[in-house]
Amino acid sequence: MEFGPHFFLASLEGAVNAAVLALMAVGLSIVFGIMRVVNVAHGEFFMLGAVLAWWISSLAGAHPAIGFTIALIAAPLAVGAIAAVADHLVLRRINYDPERTIVATIGLLYVLQQTTLMTFGPEARPVEAPFNKRIALPWFEKTAEGFSLYWPWGLGTTTYKLAVIAAAVVILVGLWIFMTRSRIGLIMRATQLDSEMARAYGIPVDRVYALVFGLGAAMAALAAVLVVPIQQAHYLMGHDPLLLSFIVVIIGGLGSIPGTVVAAVLIGMSDGIISVFFSPTVAKILATLLVAFVLIFRPQGLFGKRAA
Amino acid sequence: MIEQTRTALFHCLIIALLAALYSLLPEYHSGVLARVMVLAVYAMGYNLLFGYTGLLSLGHALFFSAGMYGLGIAMHHLALTPAPAIAFGLLTALIVSAVIGFLALRTTGVAFMIVTLMFAQAGYLTILWLGEYTRGDEGFVIQQSQRVLAGIDLSDPGNRYFAALILFAVALLLTGWIVCSGFGKTLVAIRENEERARMLGYNVHRHKWLAVVASGVLSGAAGAAYALLFGYVGATFATVQYSIFPLLYVLLGGAGTTIGPLIGTVFMFYLIDLSSELTNAYLLVAGVALILLTLFAPQGLAGELRKRVLRWLP
Repeated sequence: MEFGPHFFLASLEGAVNAAVLALMAVGLSIVFGIMRVVNVAHGEFFMLGAVLAWWISSLAGAHPAIGFTIALIAAPLAVGAIAAVADHLVLRRINYDPERTIVATIGLLYVLQQTTLMTFGPEARPVEAPFNKRIALPWFEKTAEGFSLYWPWGLGTTTYKLAVIAAAVVILVGLWIFMTRSRIGLIMRATQLDSEMARAYGIPVDRVYALVFGLGAAMAALAAVLVVPIQQAHYLMGHDPLLLSFIVVIIGGLGSIPGTVVAAVLIGMSDGIISVFFSPTVAKILATLLVAFVLIFRPQGLFGKRAA
Repeated sequence: MIEQTRTALFHCLIIALLAALYSLLPEYHSGVLARVMVLAVYAMGYNLLFGYTGLLSLGHALFFSAGMYGLGIAMHHLALTPAPAIAFGLLTALIVSAVIGFLALRTTGVAFMIVTLMFAQAGYLTILWLGEYTRGDEGFVIQQSQRVLAGIDLSDPGNRYFAALILFAVALLLTGWIVCSGFGKTLVAIRENEERARMLGYNVHRHKWLAVVASGVLSGAAGAAYALLFGYVGATFATVQYSIFPLLYVLLGGAGTTIGPLIGTVFMFYLIDLSSELTNAYLLVAGVALILLTLFAPQGLAGELRKRVLRWLP
């Protein structure tokens, strides 16, 4: 393939990456924004979502679309509930102390990951997409009479991948409306601004925290259910997305949702494109170093405002 | 002065006990203990920064593997003998920790944790990327014929035990000395109240940087010793897991106690050893231990001991 179509194909793959990454990173970002804690177990919530999706769709049998639809609703709810319980049993008791929370969520990471290994096993398992039609895409070339379209061999995508991108956009817009327009969103934002004051006004801050932690985990699980027909479910699959979401959340400015989405698109796309043209290892080295240097020299993130 | 003498005596007692254990324990357990002592040195390096200075790093595997690869590359590719190779390993760890310390200490708290994590991850990926020299995940073996220091074959279990013990003894006495010195007291003051330490006229940034370097070199020494004594260098030792392990050892044993790292390493090592016989998901134990420790015993075993019984424990 020539450079043009090849680049287009890489960007399409990058866009799917970016869509999934944005969902997951926004989950991490609201947890950090509202509760001021770093959840290292976020990648495992992603993994749990994928594993549950496999389990549900294999139980449902029937047409893949039925199992997938059930998984799309049930898996995030289940994972959110697990996270809320973990918040209640562990994080609340250590008073959300930032450093102890990191240690405790590292513990949670191992518990979730190893329990999955014991029950689900070490194999990677596929989930069938509800619909998956290949579509060829055109590219233009310059001829004597100007531009004309043609269909290069290998340039194409699937309807499912396009649906993932669309679904991510819809979910993110929905979340944005939920956070800015609904009453629960208002309560969450009040807790974010000043949890002491919120408590004084009768907001059940503990329950809000459990809800936020659950919501963050559910976003990761949702991202996983969407991605699992493209990428298989595996007990170690949470590691790379965790690192990438950290990168995205930090570049985007800790706790800022629009910044997170912009950064997810930027990182997801460039990760996709760089991995196609260069070695993926080099792409990851550059990304991790970028995060370190952003935190050192611009701690408010590339798009964030300096804290007042 | 009394404090210093008491600490030194206590540490000599521990070392003598470990030396006596060699003839008492069956071969399997003395083999385990040799490994535990080297890893305890790693945990002691970590403890210097986390327990005494109050800086939680999630990237110490970088310093451990710096020492390990410094020695490994020097022996494997440059065909150096162990003595200069050890120096090479320590130098690598020194340079890496000096640079990382300089950069990472511009941040504090959670940002410091993430910056160290990211640098360690970049280091791990670099090791994979330079697979031509490092052989990546597969790693490489240091030939038995090369592992001879001053005429002593370090691959022999007995020699290996005492080599590990010597390293451990040096590290323990050194930490004991640092902790009792003015420098160590200042680190504790920074841990307890950074603003006050600064107001009293201490150069906080410089002290923290020295703590990172000392901690990094000690961790690097453990990495170099691990490669030399057990003859294997691999990228596994640079993964996040190996940054978490010393944290786990120190938390379990007791942060801010000189003996805590050893206790924590022994406990954790046997806990994992026993549970890996039952299930392949042996890291579950590590996870449960981390959660229970943060919930119920943030001081660790030696910390609780100091709080309740032995108030003089260094």
